[in-house]
Amino acid sequence: MSQTTLIVGLDGSEAGNRALEFAKTRAGLIADCRIMLVYVIEWSPFSFQTAEENEKRHARREQELQLAHERVMNPAVEATRAEGLTCEGIVRHGDAADILESLAKKHEAAQIIVGRVGAQGIKARLFGGVTGRLVAGSSVPVTIIP
Amino acid sequence: MKRFSTLGLATAALSLPTLAAAQEAVSFEQRVNDIFAGSTGWFVNLIFMNLPGTNFPWIVMWLVVAASIFTVYFGFIQIKAFGHAISLVKGDYSDPNDAGEVSHFQALTTALSGTVGLGNIAGVAVAISIGGPGATFWMIVAGLLGMASKFTECTLGVKYRNEFPDGTVSGGPMYYMVKGFKERKLPGGRFLAIVFSIFTIGGALGGGNMFQANQAHAQITQITGDFSGLITGSIFAVVVFLVIVGGIKSIASVTEKVVPFMGVMYVVAALVILIVNYDQIGWAFGQIFAGAFTGLGVAGGFVGALIQGFKRAAFSNEAGVGSAAIAHSAVRTKEPVTEGVVSLLEPFIDTVVICTMTALVITISGVLVWDPQAGVYLLNDAGTAIRTVDGSSGVALTSAAFASGFSWFPYVLAVAVVLFAFSTMISWSYYGLKAWTYLFGEGKTTELIFKLIFCFFIIVGAAAQLGAVIDFSDAMIFAMAVVNITALYCLMPIVKREMNSYFSRLKSGEIVKHTD
Repeated sequence: MSQTTLIVGLDGSEAGNRALEFAKTRAGLIADCRIMLVYVIEWSPFSFQTAEENEKRHARREQELQLAHERVMNPAVEATRAEGLTCEGIVRHGDAADILESLAKKHEAAQIIVGRVGAQGIKARLFGGVTGRLVAGSSVPVTIIP
Repeated sequence: MKRFSTLGLATAALSLPTLAAAQEAVSFEQRVNDIFAGSTGWFVNLIFMNLPGTNFPWIVMWLVVAASIFTVYFGFIQIKAFGHAISLVKGDYSDPNDAGEVSHFQALTTALSGTVGLGNIAGVAVAISIGGPGATFWMIVAGLLGMASKFTECTLGVKYRNEFPDGTVSGGPMYYMVKGFKERKLPGGRFLAIVFSIFTIGGALGGGNMFQANQAHAQITQITGDFSGLITGSIFAVVVFLVIVGGIKSIASVTEKVVPFMGVMYVVAALVILIVNYDQIGWAFGQIFAGAFTGLGVAGGFVGALIQGFKRAAFSNEAGVGSAAIAHSAVRTKEPVTEGVVSLLEPFIDTVVICTMTALVITISGVLVWDPQAGVYLLNDAGTAIRTVDGSSGVALTSAAFASGFSWFPYVLAVAVVLFAFSTMISWSYYGLKAWTYLFGEGKTTELIFKLIFCFFIIVGAAAQLGAVIDFSDAMIFAMAVVNITALYCLMPIVKREMNSYFSRLKSGEIVKHTD
């Protein structure tokens, strides 16, 4: 039997940690399972920036990736591995819902597990939060941890 | 330049204590203006000198010939690669692993926010009131040709940019002049880079600063009634100071978000006016085509229309000037040609779309006084420009033209003008700073000196009169083009090599779209 992949969305919050806990319990019940942790730094290639921001963008991006790895991803991956589970971590820039969905497709994941985060701001109200859009567009089952 | 700034500073120092009284303020403005015109006049005359035996400025010929040569040399790249430019901006060819880096879209919009501005609103009005509606035709031609110049300079800008160890990226003509000339084993690269940097500082203080402040003030006073330009200038100077010295990014990022919205709104408003007056569109195009070749009795006739059209197009889209090469160079791409291709959309959006909208609205609105019997435009008393209904010129004329469609539009336009002026100033402060640090080295103090000079010139620009400011702004920007285009001629074989290699790999399928 091939390996089962569970994708877990992390956001550095409590909700993300609960999603990871849930995934760990599930993974423990499946013989050959890997947990893929995903942290998305919100970013759009269609935002407007000043020349100065552009000049520093590459350096900022490196910084953002490093911080995300240090503060969120590495501790989570280590903690998961410490429990004897197979785990890898991915940090990406972009739209969280899009990235979770496209990774799920690419790795033929069994499901996506995310924490429920309350809608924030007007944008989230108008277009739906990350979880809402993920549920609407996902090609694999999505589990939302309250 | 140096002579002027010393004199300007001296005048300011002498006059500042007496600014309290309004009377004194007027005389200060007058003095600024006199010194300004007096000290920059020789340079302006040199740049706008006519070709021997004609009344055609050599600089206009210089720009047009260059743009035409690039157009032919690169096989009409502006037509050939137009569709590809749009897919690049959409991100079809962007590597998903580069997410988070500067995208083609961001590089393009950053560059656009430096060019879309008063050139499109005030500059077009100036072109049409002096050169008649026919100037529009030549403006569009110049815009289309200018796309090839932009392609050339932006490809080079990315190819020879500097990537510093701390991860910051900076590029521009000074770098391709030095590195490109070295690669081709040509002499004088360093010299050109220095001269270019000097003119860029002048252009940043002129067209990128004083012209903006001046026209923003003109637009504000049209609504509020006349008051001293020192007030507008000082407010602008403080806000720009907060952004470029204080590092208050929120102001800049708000502007960056509002400006594109304003640009779209401007075009929509223009379209609505055109749709309402749809029966006159044919007539307006008739005026534009007839005027392009006959002048319709305008000052300077056919040549006047042509010169004005080309001049204002160059001033608005900055093709061949070199500023765009600075703005575009931070993009994340392995192929410099891709950014060159994207950049050719810039003169298209700026000149062929937005400037043409302004021109059509002015022509249709009837703010220019037309003599139906003689079939010509009436000139003003001085005989230098077309007589306008309310005697206005520059941005005020555009405002009056839009007001014929929507009476409230001058208010929106005032907000747009202020924001455009502001975003252009922020962009040009960056271009100027890059040139400044190229000359004097990086460092907190040297950068601060430039930024303070920049803020000071905002006040001067708002206080001086349009004529002197516009002449100086034009002269400096065109002086940049003299140096930059010289370098482009020397380096265009490199661009051609890059272009052929890129398009052959695109054709062979080696370069493919990244799709999920």
